[in-house]
Amino acid sequence: MVEKIKKAFDPRFDKVHTWPHLVRIEFLCAVITLLFLLVWSLMIDAPLEHPANPAATPNPSKAPWYFLGLQEMLVYFDPWMAGVVLPSLIIVGLVLIPYIDVNPKGNGYYTFHERKFAIVTYCFGFLILWVSLMVVGVFLRGPGWNFFGPFAPWDSHKVVPLTNIDLNMFLAQSLGLDFLRNPFMGMLFGGFLIVAYYSTAVLYWQAKKGSSEILQKLGVVRYGITAFLFLTMAALPVKMLLRWTFNIKYIMVIKQINLSI
Amino acid sequence: MNKLKLLLRDIQETIVQSQAWKSIFRHGYADTPRNRALAIASNVWLHLHPAKVRRHAIKLRYTWCAGGLTFLFFLVTVVTGVILMFYYRPVAEYAFVDIQYLEFDVPFGMINRNMHRWAAHSMVMMVMIHMFRVFLTGSYKPPREFNWVVGVLLITLTFLLSFTGYLLPWDQLAIWAVTVGSNMARATPLLGNEGPLAVQVGDLFDAAAGVKDTFITPRYDARSFLVAGTVVGSPTLLRFYVLHCIFIPVAASILMILHFWRVRKDGGISGPL
Ligand code: HEM
Repeated sequence: MVEKIKKAFDPRFDKVHTWPHLVRIEFLCAVITLLFLLVWSLMIDAPLEHPANPAATPNPSKAPWYFLGLQEMLVYFDPWMAGVVLPSLIIVGLVLIPYIDVNPKGNGYYTFHERKFAIVTYCFGFLILWVSLMVVGVFLRGPGWNFFGPFAPWDSHKVVPLTNIDLNMFLAQSLGLDFLRNPFMGMLFGGFLIVAYYSTAVLYWQAKKGSSEILQKLGVVRYGITAFLFLTMAALPVKMLLRWTFNIKYIMVIKQINLSI
Repeated sequence: MNKLKLLLRDIQETIVQSQAWKSIFRHGYADTPRNRALAIASNVWLHLHPAKVRRHAIKLRYTWCAGGLTFLFFLVTVVTGVILMFYYRPVAEYAFVDIQYLEFDVPFGMINRNMHRWAAHSMVMMVMIHMFRVFLTGSYKPPREFNWVVGVLLITLTFLLSFTGYLLPWDQLAIWAVTVGSNMARATPLLGNEGPLAVQVGDLFDAAAGVKDTFITPRYDARSFLVAGTVVGSPTLLRFYVLHCIFIPVAASILMILHFWRVRKDGGISGPL
């Protein structure tokens, strides 16, 4: 009862009539947007290129703009990762967000400092990985999917030497770890690295579960899912960096089942 | 400011007191709380809304109107899309020339096609912005978890809607974008002919069916299921057309109904608890 009375006098729960207050805003937004769309359509025509010709592959061939972040990932990962596993994980991860975020604060208002981790993670995934890679794909990728600066002419004869090398061979060459030249040892080593990478989540759990309230609240299942998704997302820039710095192609290759990461 | 208000009121009075106005609307509209509520509750379109909303929820700086605009763009594509369907045949021999016909001979064909295209792109952009807003306001938190899930399905369908439509003009842009996109399906683990474990799974299926080198080959795998053959061709066009014009819009509409209903049932637009 007291709660109800309090609510009735709290300005944050103040209500206004939908008609006219909301309806007029919606009406204005709709009219302005439709006008904008009309002017846009009068000024710029939808593209129509030459008729489809299966024999003439354009260079570069680009997917629709909203998938170019994924196409950009093809530079760093095989298609089964960039085209199938990562998109599936994005969808699954998004679906799970409400169920793994147990922070009750910041429900229904803008705040950064009450939910820093959530917002930084989402912004990293959305603005850096999705949007900015999309921009790179749309504007900065030319023939051969080579990188071209914003105003550089697209030279279709640009040759970029393919010097990419698998991690085990790179270590064999640079550190003299010759046993890694063996594909089986290479595979074991790569697999070990990947397991070790994800195991950091277990170590963190073991170290912090006693003292961290957040981890206790999450529980082991939610924590496991969150850590897996987070580390997988973080693995993208890690692999990108490895490519830019050491030309690493794959971390692990299992030839028998045609799987490379 | 006050002078302007008075002027507007004068104009309003002149109009509603005129003979023409009174001949159309027999009685006036008394601006009472009851009538304000009825304006919403007794209107089939407007009663999607509650009669009253929290003050902060109607602020543009809260919702960015992004969900509403996504819906508006969807409606524009439905209307312009149906008009396009009157002139377009989803067969490789005809599709491209039908688009040219639309552009050059059909009255308002060009602008109709432009509106469809730009509204579709805008919808894709706006749905991402809407999702960003919903995230930033934490509106996926209880009790709205499930509406977020519905939203994720909706954004997925929005991408697929746009992607299937991309093929229909049947020009170079169309088939190559869809070729690049659908080539990914080749690499599906287990079910794509170039994916991990494809050979092993194919052998299993072959053995079960008593055939050789049939399953999980370029002819029978995840990609050929998607594009109806080994290349993006006329069967792909028909398949994408049906998905684009019937299956995905219907599925998205059903989910939108659910989405809007849940916004109300979950207590209206989110706000400080
Ligand atoms: C076709 C796509 C979509 C349409 C037409 C749509 C439409 C709407 C509309 C009109 C609202 C009312 C408030 C507003 O305008 O912001 C809303 C709210 C909401 N939407 Fe969407 N939406 C779509 C996609 C999504 C997506 C992709 C998500 C997130 C994954 C999502 C999650 C939500 C949630 C949680 C609310 C409640 C927000 C609140 O109470 O503050 N929607 N949606």
